Amino acid sequence: MTNLTIAMVGSGGTGVVTAGEILLRAAAKQGLYGVLRKTFGPQIRGGESAAIVRLGSEVVTNLSGRIDLLLVLDWSNFQRFADEIPVTESTILIADKAAGEYPANLPQPQQTLTLDFLGLAKTLGSGHSNLALLGYVTGWLGCTPEITELAIRHRLQKHPQETIELAIAVALGGTQLQLEQPIPLKPVLPLPTHSTGQKNAQNLWVANGNQLTGLGALEAGIRFVAAYPITPASDVLEWIAGEIESVGGHLVQAEDELAAVNMAIGAGFGGVPAMTATSGPGMALMSEAMGLAVASETPLVVVDVMRGGPSTGIPTKSEQSDFNLAVYGLHGDAPHVVLSALSISDCHFTAGWAAEIASERQSLVIVLSDQFLGQSSQIMPPAASTGFSANTEQAILAQGEAGEAAPYFRYLDTDSGISPIALPGQPDGMFTADGLEHNAAAIPSPKAADHQQQLAKRLRKLDSLVESPHWAEVHGQGSLLLICWGSLYQVSLEAQTRLRAKGIDITVMGIRLLAPLPLEKIKQAMGQARQTLVIEQNQQGQFAHYLRSFDWQGLGPDQLSFHQYCRPGPALFSPVEIVGQVEKLIDKGMSSC
Amino acid sequence: MLSAKQYKSGVKPIWCPGCGHFAVLNAITKAFAALEQAPEDAVLVSGIGCSSRLPAYINSYGFHGVHGRALPVAAGLKVARPDLNVIAMGGDGDGFSIGGNHFLHACRRNVDIVYIVMDNEVYGMTKGQASPTTPARWEHSKLTPHGPEVRPFQPCAIALASGASFIARGYSGDPNGLAHMLFEAVQHPGFAFIQVLSQCPTFCPEQKQWKETVHLEEVCTDDPVKAAAFLHGDDGLSKGIFYRQPRPTWPVEHPDTQPTNLRKSFEI
Repeated sequence: MTNLTIAMVGSGGTGVVTAGEILLRAAAKQGLYGVLRKTFGPQIRGGESAAIVRLGSEVVTNLSGRIDLLLVLDWSNFQRFADEIPVTESTILIADKAAGEYPANLPQPQQTLTLDFLGLAKTLGSGHSNLALLGYVTGWLGCTPEITELAIRHRLQKHPQETIELAIAVALGGTQLQLEQPIPLKPVLPLPTHSTGQKNAQNLWVANGNQLTGLGALEAGIRFVAAYPITPASDVLEWIAGEIESVGGHLVQAEDELAAVNMAIGAGFGGVPAMTATSGPGMALMSEAMGLAVASETPLVVVDVMRGGPSTGIPTKSEQSDFNLAVYGLHGDAPHVVLSALSISDCHFTAGWAAEIASERQSLVIVLSDQFLGQSSQIMPPAASTGFSANTEQAILAQGEAGEAAPYFRYLDTDSGISPIALPGQPDGMFTADGLEHNAAAIPSPKAADHQQQLAKRLRKLDSLVESPHWAEVHGQGSLLLICWGSLYQVSLEAQTRLRAKGIDITVMGIRLLAPLPLEKIKQAMGQARQTLVIEQNQQGQFAHYLRSFDWQGLGPDQLSFHQYCRPGPALFSPVEIVGQVEKLIDKGMSSC
Repeated sequence: MLSAKQYKSGVKPIWCPGCGHFAVLNAITKAFAALEQAPEDAVLVSGIGCSSRLPAYINSYGFHGVHGRALPVAAGLKVARPDLNVIAMGGDGDGFSIGGNHFLHACRRNVDIVYIVMDNEVYGMTKGQASPTTPARWEHSKLTPHGPEVRPFQPCAIALASGASFIARGYSGDPNGLAHMLFEAVQHPGFAFIQVLSQCPTFCPEQKQWKETVHLEEVCTDDPVKAAAFLHGDDGLSKGIFYRQPRPTWPVEHPDTQPTNLRKSFEI
């Protein structure tokens, strides 16, 4: 695959992210694929902000860790991006005349160009140097003026007509500037091929993971969402808010996370599939009520779009450090399900699966997404229908069913652990759902026998989940097994491809079902692999510790050792970084791949 | 048609003899009988505390949740299932302390539910600590040996300021009056708040005096200014419906909402 990465940097409010969004649309209309990562400081205005766009001739799901072309509107605070936007001597640099001083501590790229984007915008009566810059880039990519125009109209469709026309004029001015002052020594980059052409572009989507989480949830039948704003989860909620009424549901903006999760529990008790979405600090606040959902066996989906923690941490950047909170963060013995979305598009699938599991097993399902997946936009083929449904009749008490066991036993100790649930309005199923331990008849009980029976039932009802074919994505076959979850899966696949080019074959396993852990499935999938490397984006190796806590009897000593590579965010994992870790492990002479 | 008695579930209450909550339980069953409430269409939602055990004692659906969160559970349920009669309930600690924020926003949001707070001015279940409505000089808790030394919370005045559209105060010594209030509250469209002076014979025996000091005030108004003047001059022991002014409930329906293709917005 040929691909290249373009970074556009400005201060918050200069519109580089908007430029990135238009660029992605233009690329899509050109028949290219790509991913857009937005990165900002915590300030809304005046902070630093950047759009990193990686384009390619085939589906692009992650960044490469390399910047080919860097365009800068404002150098102030650029050093805050040092880890995310690495400038090297081979980076081609274009800076606006008004961008300020070149940072002293950066390497000097061999090819630099200073252009007057702001001046150009001003001559056209606009202050939007970002659009001049955008037009420069689309022109350089070979987009026709028509495509640039279409992309602008698509992104700015809710803006007044005159704003759109001016934006187009400024962008096309930028395209003209590109003809007059092209990037020197071209072609220096592996330009994407335009083989797919415009026709296929009709079928492509541009979507981010947060939107796709919302789509997956609504398509599976979620009809009640309670919301409290938090970065980077708010746009899950905002997308749903715009759509849920059209499918007959409701979104409530709650007064806090405690209210949000309890509202969702109330709706779930009423038989309406319910969800909330938040990030680490919000999920910490929801923890008590999540225990209530477990004890009362009320279906509930909680989406955690992870960011750097603890506390307010790095609220606008990605990390995988809420694993422990999601798996271990509930009080008491509280079996529940934890899923991880394995790519931007997988947010759709995983949200739908979560909704189905919650309803079918009357359980709490936590979905771990992260800021990269949630807030990065991708050009992709339309998401396939997941077929998941949160409206499973099988869990609901059938008419007349309760008559056989009067009074109705809401928490009947069944073989599967799933008891028929009655919904308010059903005359023969009245009960009081309780966070207090209770007996099978839902009467509060502190008796040891009742406690043990109900604990065992709540654990057992999740057992068969580990048989699901959706437990993981496993790709390739090699003597080293790379285990990861969440947004690291796609980066690992790219690392796998790069390793193959060096003659090294590895197996990549992205685990979607984190809890309950499908232990036997993992053992089987280890197959011929003689070494295991677990990678994750947190400081303490939370997931690796979790894996080690299981009984791995029957596996060889190398596999058992779970070599781990973990480090915190906010810098994303790059394919090169993973390749390096795998090679390091192999170089230790533990096996020949 | 069911008699008041038939609305009892048969589960034996955990309450102490003489507890005011028995009267609230009876008032609910009486109101349900008068309303001809279908038991399966009523849901009683509570938090944690002595009074929050009440849902299990009624022959209807119930939800006994965590401390302080009865109102959000009730609101979520009512928004999702507008066909149900949803009644939230709990004590003064549950509703005004740990759940205080939800109280403000439930008043403001005006979801069509009833909220009964059985106010005995004490945390009974944890054995007698001061609550937000405990008198400042009440020195009977080891946790606050000098008394809470904080001015008591004024539930009705705060409900008014927060936008509640139905505000009443009842007394456990007058279950019939309470049943009547509840009858009215259920029929009120919007958030209906009833503070019930519900005595705790175990930790606050002095509340026996309420028999002499609680007084009926027939001041019901739809004028918030008048209601505010009354509530700020009130001794906290008056009973009656103080304020009712129907206003639009939440959620607001948008009947012109068209079914849309959820996937359309992603197409490029």
